[in-house]
Amino acid sequence: MNDKVIGKLKILADAAKYDVSCSSSGGKRKNENKGLGNAEGMGICHSYTEDGRCVSLLKILLTNFCIYDCAYCVTRKSNDVQRAAFTVQEVVDLTINFYRRNYIEGLFLSSGIFKNADYTMERLVRVAKKLRQEEKFNGYIHLKTIPGASEELIKEAGLYADRLSVNIELPSEQSLQSLAPEKNYSEILLPMGSIKDQLVQAKEESKLFKATPKFAPAGQSTQLIVGATAESDRQILQLSDQLYKGYSLKRVYYSGYVPVSTDSRLSIITEPPIIRENRIYQADWLMRFYGFDVKELLDEAQPNLDLDIDPKLGWALRNRHFFPLEINTADYEMILRVPGIGVKSAKNIISARRFAPLHFEHLRQMGVVLKRAKYFITCQTKSLQRQDFDSEQLRRRILFGEGSVRSALLTQQLDLFRQVG
Amino acid sequence: MHFYTYDGSFEGLLTVVFEAYERKAWPTAIEPEQLAQPSMFGETVQVVTDEGKANRVWQGLKKRLSASALESLYYTYLWEQSGLERLIFDYARLVFDSPESVEGNYTAPFVLQVQQIHKQVHREKHRMEAFVRFQKTADGLYYASISPDFNVLPLIVRHFEKRYADQRWAIYDASRRYGVYYDLRQTSFVQLENPGVTPRQQGKLSADQYDENETRYQMLWQVYFDHVNIPERKNPKLHLRHIPRRYWKYLSEKQPRLL
Repeated sequence: MNDKVIGKLKILADAAKYDVSCSSSGGKRKNENKGLGNAEGMGICHSYTEDGRCVSLLKILLTNFCIYDCAYCVTRKSNDVQRAAFTVQEVVDLTINFYRRNYIEGLFLSSGIFKNADYTMERLVRVAKKLRQEEKFNGYIHLKTIPGASEELIKEAGLYADRLSVNIELPSEQSLQSLAPEKNYSEILLPMGSIKDQLVQAKEESKLFKATPKFAPAGQSTQLIVGATAESDRQILQLSDQLYKGYSLKRVYYSGYVPVSTDSRLSIITEPPIIRENRIYQADWLMRFYGFDVKELLDEAQPNLDLDIDPKLGWALRNRHFFPLEINTADYEMILRVPGIGVKSAKNIISARRFAPLHFEHLRQMGVVLKRAKYFITCQTKSLQRQDFDSEQLRRRILFGEGSVRSALLTQQLDLFRQVG
Repeated sequence: MHFYTYDGSFEGLLTVVFEAYERKAWPTAIEPEQLAQPSMFGETVQVVTDEGKANRVWQGLKKRLSASALESLYYTYLWEQSGLERLIFDYARLVFDSPESVEGNYTAPFVLQVQQIHKQVHREKHRMEAFVRFQKTADGLYYASISPDFNVLPLIVRHFEKRYADQRWAIYDASRRYGVYYDLRQTSFVQLENPGVTPRQQGKLSADQYDENETRYQMLWQVYFDHVNIPERKNPKLHLRHIPRRYWKYLSEKQPRLL
């Protein structure tokens, strides 16, 4: 068994790594049966890969045999790669033994589709069921929902899993039709809708009956591929916005497309669009935690995020009429919108100014990035700068002036352009 | 001038607060006994730890502070950097002397500093919850060594008790030379006295003490770690920010490849 498992793990971890979801938080599963594991509260990143991503879960495919031929996917039927499949018991053993050594928070199990959707989904559910019932495992389980699987199977999956996800992958129906002709939006959105309904139902019932079985307590998430097809950032973020609002998703993940195929239907890129992916994540955060509407960040005139500056700074530069803001009197919601002030410093400001009027030195100590913020705020009507700048000048000052360093990623990618050009 | 010394324990430090109030003699400096230099000027008070007095101070703080502020004070003690006594004392004094709650008053330098220390210690605690790597021994014990920046071992016990309720485990702080051991019922503090060996060797397992499958799972973990990486996205700077080199020595995925 020894060598076989090593070989399978290589293939099936390789095949699963383009799924970027790694979250292990939000579960409420406590260790009440003196069993193994506990998934309440905060997620934990147990390690980090050399690309800087968090390793929280054992993220593998059950198999990379697949009947579909989606152009963007490394596991597509026509791709000439080694194929492998784990047995249910092998996945259970790996999960338990990794977990006991504190390597992981739990399991993220996805799969290529073999035979049909239900057959595949049934196997995934069997792994989760075995972990919960036979191994008394209370760690985190994230199951991929296979589009087209029956509602009963999804319902059963939700009983054992902490999180369920259906990946949309391509940000428009049109791209999906061209790159994954066997799939369609309604088939993807159907299970998403049914998971949402079950989540709502479980919540309602748990108000009435304490012993209601939990249904995917950490909610559902999805992933969109960025840069494989021609969608603008605006299209992508509008879709996310609809998903957050319409399907109460916990997270939308964005995966900068890593070229794994030379199919002519795909955009021709040589490097994954890492900066673009990062800007989209920043915008996603602004929508979820900073009270921004997607319309404030992007519109028809400007359908893509500025790669040089973060979207919050971009918004502030387009909306100078809100500034400067007096830190000692402004509302929390507005303080949050100042470039250089995050959620934590905004809260500290609100808390501290009850005791004494704040100076710039206070702000600096609380972690405000004055290099950025100083152009947008006053403290007791005082400003840190004597001159007025227009937005273009400000942008340049923040980007290049006063010894401000550009993000390492940006420099790295600009270097690459230089090498190519 | 009033110099206070104490035995280095948290209760001892709280006793200092009590004594200072009783004497109305505010400390010029507070130091652990073993570090204190005799002073030519002023009075040196050698405070003897008194649980009753310490408890009265703690209860007094409890009445005026939230659980998280109390936690911050204890974290400041575990921070173990010089000046911690002064910070805790000043904070306590501000609490007792202010008619209103001082929490969240980040315009007071030591309130802000205690909050920042809380953050630092908390981060180290969280790192240890992530970076502990158990090795299974032949007699079924799951064993790990750590050497955290701050004294966070007492803070992570609860986390591991809840998580590994059904296995025997031990975590040993090699730089502070003490550990904790969970025997399926309760966790106790343990000392490993082996004066001949260096702290790095102390509490390190050799391969012949391993369970028969231990090497195999370490190898599988290394395989997984290597294959979940996307080489096209290599970003060493980000990698090091998340997982600084000083933690590598205990991480099995950062050891020479077994395969």
